[in-house]
Amino acid sequence: MAAVSMPVAERRGAAEAVARRVSAPWTAASAAPTVSLDESQVDTGAERGDAVGTVAFEGVGKVYRSAAGEVTALEGIDLAIPAGRIFGIIGRSGAGKSSLLRTINRLEQPTAGRVLVDGQDIALLDTEGLVALRRRIGMIFQHFNLLSAKSVRDNVGLPLLVAGVPRPRIRERVDEVLDLVGLSDKHRTFPSRLSGGQKQRVGIARALVHHPEILLCDEATSALDPETTISILSLLRDINRKLGLTIVLITHEMSVIREICDDVLVLESGRIAETGPVWKVFGDPRHEATRALLSPLTRDLPEDIADRLRASPFPGSETILELRYTGVDGDPDLGQLSTALGSRVRLISAAIDRIDGHAQGRLVLGVHLPPNKAKQASCASGGHLKVLGHVAGDD
Amino acid sequence: MSPAMIERLIGAFFDTVAMVGFSALIALAAGIPLAVFLVVSAPGGFVEAPRLNRAVASVINGFRATPFIVLLVALLPFTRLLTGTTIGVWAAIVPLSISATPFFARIAEVSLREVDKGLIEAAEAMGCRRRHIVRHVLLPEALPGIVGGFTITVVTMIGASAMAGAVGAGGLGDMAIRYGYQRFDTTVMIAVIVVLIALVSLVQATGDAIVRRLRNR
Ligand SMILES: Nc1ncnc2c1ncn2[C@@H]1O[C@H](COP(=O)(O)OP(=O)(O)OP(=O)(O)O)[C@@H](O)[C@H]1O
Ligand SMILES: [Mg+2]
Repeated sequence: MAAVSMPVAERRGAAEAVARRVSAPWTAASAAPTVSLDESQVDTGAERGDAVGTVAFEGVGKVYRSAAGEVTALEGIDLAIPAGRIFGIIGRSGAGKSSLLRTINRLEQPTAGRVLVDGQDIALLDTEGLVALRRRIGMIFQHFNLLSAKSVRDNVGLPLLVAGVPRPRIRERVDEVLDLVGLSDKHRTFPSRLSGGQKQRVGIARALVHHPEILLCDEATSALDPETTISILSLLRDINRKLGLTIVLITHEMSVIREICDDVLVLESGRIAETGPVWKVFGDPRHEATRALLSPLTRDLPEDIADRLRASPFPGSETILELRYTGVDGDPDLGQLSTALGSRVRLISAAIDRIDGHAQGRLVLGVHLPPNKAKQASCASGGHLKVLGHVAGDD
Repeated sequence: MSPAMIERLIGAFFDTVAMVGFSALIALAAGIPLAVFLVVSAPGGFVEAPRLNRAVASVINGFRATPFIVLLVALLPFTRLLTGTTIGVWAAIVPLSISATPFFARIAEVSLREVDKGLIEAAEAMGCRRRHIVRHVLLPEALPGIVGGFTITVVTMIGASAMAGAVGAGGLGDMAIRYGYQRFDTTVMIAVIVVLIALVSLVQATGDAIVRRLRNR
């Protein structure tokens, strides 16, 4: 915890500065709650300035009270989500991910602390202000939540219809967003006739129809097959790049975080376990919860080696080394590695991944070398070296 | 059956259609707002008002617990006040619609309650106000169930209208009782029953067809 608290505080300070800067434009926006469909608004954060779409949590807590008793879903959440990034939230079931996400558009009211959207404390908004806020925040859901009684076009256009936008403009904008999500040919279809992936695309189109600055995704791909998941994720990434909006997404799948997120927050029992850039958190997980979540992605030692592994060396034994790369060490330099370790280096297993240009993962090597010599080698190769044990050599 | 009797049968048929038709329209117009109120004011609904909710629910239960024939008689003064008479089609519409409204409201309530909470949440998240949620989410999504419930209500009202006949409202039920039961004219009675069966079947089939279309899009 101590290790992460400082950077969080730093970033929070930065976000507050950002929040102060944007507070004026926001007030202007709230004064005119009807959506404007000006051409100038059609795209990108670049024109809005890059500070629109920040979220900050200050000591946010949430306690659910019911007949069955109290459940503390969130406690002491201090966090800043920068504008224009894809921010992932991960954690075990019941960790409080949905509760946290839903405080951003006030579907859920925190019982402690404040949630600031672009510097504005959203707890202070009246009904008008809340409606205006929600029109700046799109949301998509695991089960899509499309209206079965309305066609695709009417589903996507509904947010505009209730905002009083004239019909011809709704049509134009609906065409635009359906194009964007690749469903231009499905205007008249009803949701029950769409595949899961297509339904989620409609959901995304509906969420984007108001030109939001933030998009909230609660397990948006959990009901989809792997291939469709990938297509939806790449759509989200495109949207993030093209429109410059902030995306906050919840997922159970580490692979989703690795695929598209810039930053990640690991929640554990309603508290922040750790947070930071994905490559950092994944390359060098510091919290047990993160490791547990990552474990499906990390492979164990190959069985044939693990079975024969002994703690101490013996005559003719081969030393099994593990080299870990956490993303700060640079790429594994195989040339240097073999020079340092001598002529016989056996690569037993390798899992090196690249996140945001940072190599991370693990190499397992077999060497015929005294362990103390191996130490020097690790310095040369950049990774963190560990002697796992010794096995009988093959020859 | 004599031509006069056939003419009487046709007249009775139209009396029943008018009685049930008008009462059903009133039940529809009053029942849906009642049902919406019951759903949104219930605990967990988006305009929570538990006390008022309970009060309205008790009144509805009271009307539903009272046997129709008792309600019919008990409402006579009210009927006279409203229509100036206690006999005939117009007088029958008062007790019929008053008894059908709570019945239909309860059925519609069930359909409204079954609308996925996720849809309401999605609507809130997109900036819908309460009235938008009722208009664009609750009612359209519950529509198949509401139409099905309305069909049941109309069929039940056709049955109840026969009892209204007992206080001189006219219609098919009145005719069946007067000729079939009191004068043992089996032919007339069977003819009336056949017409009633046809009417009920027609209503049910129409309702089912609409529901099927709504569900199948
Ligand atoms: N409306 C509610 N009333 C009472 N308790 C609730 C409510 N919503 C959530 N909780 C509780 O709060 C805790 C956090 O729930 P939350 O839905 O935020 O978790 P989550 O991380 O999204 O879980 P999952 O991955 O299963 O969706 C859980 O213990 C849950 O039981
Ligand atoms: Mg959840």
